[in-house]
Amino acid sequence: MSLLGYLLPYDFSPLTILSYMLVLGFYGVGLLRMPDEDRPGALRIFAFVLGVMACYGVMQTRFDYYAQYMFFVHRGQHLILHHIGPILIALSNPSPIMRFWYAKISPGLRNTLRPVGWIYQALQYPLIALILFVGLIYFWLWPSIHFDAMLSRDLYWIMNWSMLLDGLLFWWLIFDPRPPAITSSLGYGKRMLILAAAGVLQMLLGAWIVFSREMVYDVYEVCGRAWPLDPEVDQLLGGMLTYIPPAMMSVLGILLILRRAMHEDGKYSKSSKQSKEPVQ
Amino acid sequence: MSRGFIEKQAFRALAMFTVLLTTFLAGCSDNEINYNGKDISGLMPELEFNLINSEGDQVTAGDYSGKVKMMFFGFTSCPDICPTVMQTLNRAASGLPPELQDEVLTLFVSVDPKRDTPERLDKYVSFFGENIVGLTGKESQLRGLAKRYRTTFGYGESNENGDYDVSHSSAIYIFDRQGDARLLIRPDLGAEKINQDLIALAQKDS
Repeated sequence: MSLLGYLLPYDFSPLTILSYMLVLGFYGVGLLRMPDEDRPGALRIFAFVLGVMACYGVMQTRFDYYAQYMFFVHRGQHLILHHIGPILIALSNPSPIMRFWYAKISPGLRNTLRPVGWIYQALQYPLIALILFVGLIYFWLWPSIHFDAMLSRDLYWIMNWSMLLDGLLFWWLIFDPRPPAITSSLGYGKRMLILAAAGVLQMLLGAWIVFSREMVYDVYEVCGRAWPLDPEVDQLLGGMLTYIPPAMMSVLGILLILRRAMHEDGKYSKSSKQSKEPVQ
Repeated sequence: MSRGFIEKQAFRALAMFTVLLTTFLAGCSDNEINYNGKDISGLMPELEFNLINSEGDQVTAGDYSGKVKMMFFGFTSCPDICPTVMQTLNRAASGLPPELQDEVLTLFVSVDPKRDTPERLDKYVSFFGENIVGLTGKESQLRGLAKRYRTTFGYGESNENGDYDVSHSSAIYIFDRQGDARLLIRPDLGAEKINQDLIALAQKDS
């Protein structure tokens, strides 16, 4: 297969391509038009583009073909959509660009968009965010639901998009750059607790897949694999990708938050807390 | 905006989400008949293909409309899975009541067009019984059909005799008389249970 064959989408989705183009377009135009002092540095821009392109790569290249017909590649796909891509995007802190565009929205449109804000607030409640983050992994890996999702093109797209969007929400909550001492962002202790809980719950699921002696995900058996690989090896590799890297992400996340917390320790006195901001 | 207000909105949104999810899940398990196979109504698109049959003629799915169809991907040099599945399907079909015998077709789609010429395909399907149609086509056409049914196939390395293994789906896709995807059968389900499903489906639509 030619290089182009590997780069072109296996299952072409105009909506997906349009979404990625819009995100990169708004980011790029925002960068060019915003005041110099607000513009993120080169490393942050690189992290953002890398995160977006990694998610695009697993959704709209040949990678998606292997993800559809190999369990372990599918787990790798979700590792990028639900963890690595959103982590890079959240750490790149695109909020200056978001603020730039938000300032351009007319008050009328802002009013219409208000319900979106409420849904966002609801989904960002720590417990709901945690349940949603881990719950989605469990939901799509529930053997009968997983079977249907791999059979139905529509469900497959809903699965991948829901993982990506929830990944963005979750990691944005965790790596929200605003210091909790003076803004409404989530406290560092709660962030670390959520990460620890998410890590443990993912490890339980991963360990269950790794140590399952029978075939849990037989849809790949039924539908044929991309190449002849021993089903048990496929399931074992997939289980390990569910088990180890997400746990490592949680630990890494906790370390990053801890570093930030120590850095900010004593930096903001209680009196500087803005009273108009709701306290979490 | 007060915290209480946000909280109220948050729980309203959560309640809405729960209701939507429940509706979605309830919609998934709407079964009139309990089939032995996996019900894939609505999960997969209707039967559509453009291939050649074992006489070398161009055929489309429309040529087989009006009958219940069992579609299976395989290849004639297949050492174990294909012969076993073909025998199972033949047993399931030959156990049908006389009036339904001609109402059910087996579509054997060979994904190895390099070796499976129409003649070879013809010999293979005639060996396994009646009402079996051998189909094949260009690799691109076969890839298109496989992709449509969320499956794939791949070729292994050739040995010194030029033989190679072909990985393919072991599933049997059952379409009703209108060509709508209805059931996905795992080969280990057994002839008797497949037979029951075929009867239910053929009688339902007749």
